Amino acid sequence: MTLTETPTDDDLAAGLEAGFEATIARNDRIEPRDWMPDGYRRTLVRQIAQHAHSEIIGMQPEGNWITRAPSLRRKAILLAKVQDEAGHGLYLYSAAETLGVSRLELTELLIAGKQKYSSIFNYPTLSYADVGTIGWLVDGAAICNQVPLCRTSYGPYGRAMIRVCKEESFHQRQGYELLTTMMRGTDEQRAMVQESVDRFWWPALMMFGPPDADSPNTAQSMAWGIKRNTNDELRQKFVDMSVPQAEALGVTLPDPELRWNEERGHHDFGQPDWEEFMQGVKGNGPCNAQRMAHRRRAHEDGAWVREAATAYAAKGLDTPRSSLGGNSTTERTGR
Amino acid sequence: MSELPAEGGHGAVPLADVPTGVGVPAPEKEWPLYEVFVRGKRGLNHVHVGSLHAADDRMALLHARDVYTRRNEGVSIWVVRADAITASSPDEKDPMFAPSGDKVYRHPTFYDIPDDVPHM
Repeated sequence: MTLTETPTDDDLAAGLEAGFEATIARNDRIEPRDWMPDGYRRTLVRQIAQHAHSEIIGMQPEGNWITRAPSLRRKAILLAKVQDEAGHGLYLYSAAETLGVSRLELTELLIAGKQKYSSIFNYPTLSYADVGTIGWLVDGAAICNQVPLCRTSYGPYGRAMIRVCKEESFHQRQGYELLTTMMRGTDEQRAMVQESVDRFWWPALMMFGPPDADSPNTAQSMAWGIKRNTNDELRQKFVDMSVPQAEALGVTLPDPELRWNEERGHHDFGQPDWEEFMQGVKGNGPCNAQRMAHRRRAHEDGAWVREAATAYAAKGLDTPRSSLGGNSTTERTGR
Repeated sequence: MSELPAEGGHGAVPLADVPTGVGVPAPEKEWPLYEVFVRGKRGLNHVHVGSLHAADDRMALLHARDVYTRRNEGVSIWVVRADAITASSPDEKDPMFAPSGDKVYRHPTFYDIPDDVPHM
């Protein structure tokens, strides 16, 4: 190019797009201030924001059992777990925000029902065994989904997922341990575990989404490196992992078609009720209305707290900067 | 059926036709954004771990503790208002870094030293 030629807007756009494609092709990460195609940005916001909403709504089914957990040990574990879910939501909102969206706007879109959350949280937790089953199966399925996301092409999302996955392992293990404890108990407790597994097995399989044949846009997400595995691949992996865990626990997975296929080296299994799944996505699941009403109420009831904190900050009543110093607070808590 | 990829995270979520809110102004005044840096243990640098919103510095520090150090991840936290950070351009071929690109003599491997010279 000579000095007399100036690049046109089209030249510039083509150059930016080529740079983006080259970064993806190198398996390098895209970072917040990089140029990115609008479709990539929007797909990421939808995925990350709704993942965040899932974590936040996901506090409700188990939070329901905190006051009724049978011992101080179980109560402390459950509190820590539910607090983690809040943390996971915040890591994800933080990642979504780097794409140019306001965190408050995302909350508005959730409580207006315009953005969704995972349908698994629209199922009720009817018995205390559900706390264990959710840890084992629901968080187990989430781990299958989230581990590949640690390598997703968008840097902030991948970093958030690494933090989430580290903590998710605690969630799954506390759930499985809770169930093994109940299985060593009375016949009634064993029946509670089986009944809970019967209710959650199929919804857990639905967490991986509809079969690949019904996922026309998977190819684009995979080309962008947002997605690393197809729905059916992840579902198969989850079933293969869960079968020996169910045997060790002594429960039966409620699928008459479930059997080992020597030829494939995988388990064959039946299909969940996809109509039930789509009803849940559309807002007609067993607890959709309750979950949304609770979330909306929490947001509205918190308004005065947000306003008071803003007013307090505006008055400059904050601790003098010199006494913060990065350690006064941490020392008080013994960290 | 609309697209519902498993890697929505904690369960499949719809992607098609969902509004993103990109570029939409916050519906109410948002608390300032803080970037959070944690020192993992003595002897290490503070490392950026993420961000959060808080009404003031002290709230940012307390929230940073709850969000980013629930498992002894740190011994010290810095919170910095995001709008107080000055950053270089994100472009990898930024001319700002060009001066170091052609100075191979700044690296020890640039120099040939006979193999029999010890401790070098």
